[in-house]
Amino acid sequence: MTTEPLLAVSNLRVRFRIGGVISALAGRLTEIEAVAGVGFTLERGQTLALVGESGSGKTTLARAVNGLQPAASGSIRFEGRELGNFSNAGWKSLRRKISMMFQDPVGSLSPRLSVRSLLAEPFAIHGLSGRSLNAEVERLLALVGLPRDFADRYPHQLSGGQARRVGVARAVALDPVLIIADEPTAGLDVSIQGEVLNLLNSLRDRMGLSMLIITHNLHVVRQIADRMAVMYLGRFVEEGETEAIFQAPRHPYTAALLSANPEPDPDKVHNRIALPADVPSLLDRPSGCEFHTRCPFAQDICAGQVPASSALGTSRLTCHFPLDAGTRAVKTIATT
Amino acid sequence: MTILDVKDLSVDFVTETGTLQALRKVNLAVPANRIVGVVGESGCGKSTLINTVLGLLAENGAVTSGEILFEGQSDLVHLDANGMRALRGQKIATVFQDPMGALNPVLSVGRQMRDIQYRSALSRKEKDARSIEMLRKVRIPDPERRLAQFPHEFSGGMKQRIAIAMALLMQPSLLIADEPTTALDATLEVAIIELLKDLQQQIGCSVLFISHHLGVIAELCDDMIVMYAGEVVEHGSTRDIFHNARHPYTKKLLACDPARLSRREPQLPTIPGTLPDLRDRPKGCIFQARCEFTDEACAEMPPDIPVGGAHVTRCWHAGKTTGARA
Repeated sequence: MTTEPLLAVSNLRVRFRIGGVISALAGRLTEIEAVAGVGFTLERGQTLALVGESGSGKTTLARAVNGLQPAASGSIRFEGRELGNFSNAGWKSLRRKISMMFQDPVGSLSPRLSVRSLLAEPFAIHGLSGRSLNAEVERLLALVGLPRDFADRYPHQLSGGQARRVGVARAVALDPVLIIADEPTAGLDVSIQGEVLNLLNSLRDRMGLSMLIITHNLHVVRQIADRMAVMYLGRFVEEGETEAIFQAPRHPYTAALLSANPEPDPDKVHNRIALPADVPSLLDRPSGCEFHTRCPFAQDICAGQVPASSALGTSRLTCHFPLDAGTRAVKTIATT
Repeated sequence: MTILDVKDLSVDFVTETGTLQALRKVNLAVPANRIVGVVGESGCGKSTLINTVLGLLAENGAVTSGEILFEGQSDLVHLDANGMRALRGQKIATVFQDPMGALNPVLSVGRQMRDIQYRSALSRKEKDARSIEMLRKVRIPDPERRLAQFPHEFSGGMKQRIAIAMALLMQPSLLIADEPTTALDATLEVAIIELLKDLQQQIGCSVLFISHHLGVIAELCDDMIVMYAGEVVEHGSTRDIFHNARHPYTKKLLACDPARLSRREPQLPTIPGTLPDLRDRPKGCIFQARCEFTDEACAEMPPDIPVGGAHVTRCWHAGKTTGARA
């Protein structure tokens, strides 16, 4: 086909109105920019993970890509076509190709529908009821490793891991090309989490899916994502190949996140980069590099001048003073 | 002294489809000044355990055997509602997973922190002064001014720190923390762990810390308890369990943690099989259907077998399970 990537996002901005008429009349700022100029591409068959703290804009970005949140400006191109130009009917057909898995595995299933109806629903919505729905339901259950008799169960009769499997089955029902998964393993135990990740990995390989995964579990990122993007206050501060970033994070925030990751060894000595816990408000963005208020390596220029996006190895990052490979420089300054 | 001593505790729920045996002969002890972690899959009885300790079991739940000794004397199982109310908040405090749900969105933080001290005879001014001091301890900057603010004006990490401040305001002897860091990113999670450690030492309370994040348990807890399908299958010091787990379930659980993998694996480890149906509990060892050591002995429920010091495991084959990790 074309050489165009599956998904190409450039300079995307999403704004929310806040406050009411009074603050508007008082001339106060009434908009926050939850996604502030994000750009990336996702190739076919690739998985990109978005990481960053709650409120950093991960979910808003994912919702914008799926048309659930209008973009204020910027461009989202899917299979070479600009999403902003789509009519409602266009969106409907598009949603066969882009499917979404929401955060809460049980909460995202209607409690009044049986698993059979839940799995048949996507076909009905898209007017595909001509197919043998029973056969499709059985195919999907087998695909995600659930026994056939689960078709007659209701969501409250499912464990978290089983509900998540049903969510995966719904997401892949119409053979999408892109799956957006918001915290696919949050709230699951390590063994169930492993099962869900194995399932997603195998479906991706078998169906050639692309995935956009939102998570704040860095161990999950390493096991599932080819590339990762670290978000801070609605922008990417670092984006690149997952393994390269794990080996040598270049942005101080990425390094801090990776160093904070608790590990299952009581005797582990941590060389942590301690960050002040005060996350700046989107209403009052810091000047210059927005991370300078928490950055242990900030210098005068960081408060005054916005760093340009630069390429370093396989990564792109916005930082005046990227860390050396291997983060040796970090460890000398780090405190626990 | 042992702050919380749970002995042989069993809890049943009566449901439409039969009696569900949620907890079976649970033994655990939280010594003074220690942080004890509880791990286990969802549905293993962690929440039932906390709710039983707090006297908050649902109407269809009942303690069928055992006792819960608090500070060596009062048996919480038989304490009446008034007695329980006098303990909750005052002697036993809790912090939950969702900080927003724990704070009232329409009252200022200062008002809520004052309300928590309703049993105290202090004046309003003195109560506010204590709140400010506590907010300072949990490292909320500029606490005098922030006292007048509402929960939505704080970030997620700050709200959780306020919830912790409120829980510790009455200097309880036991803090129960139910997955307090799940909603936070790694840097904030670590900040909360360090804060909890600090405050626990300052205040001298014990903590029962529930989490399924093994890394957090390893870092924070002195002792830990591993639960499976309503039973405590292993308990001991955190070091003993992470370095020398003896119950086959614990070994498998630890092996599943992706944090142990230093590179991308095509296939992540999992525990084959499913949880037993607690309405139709298998006789004998609860883990037998998923265990590679199962033999005739396992048809009978194993006792809690000491395997060195305070390290105890509920497995007939604890002798065979030493050494290399599963």
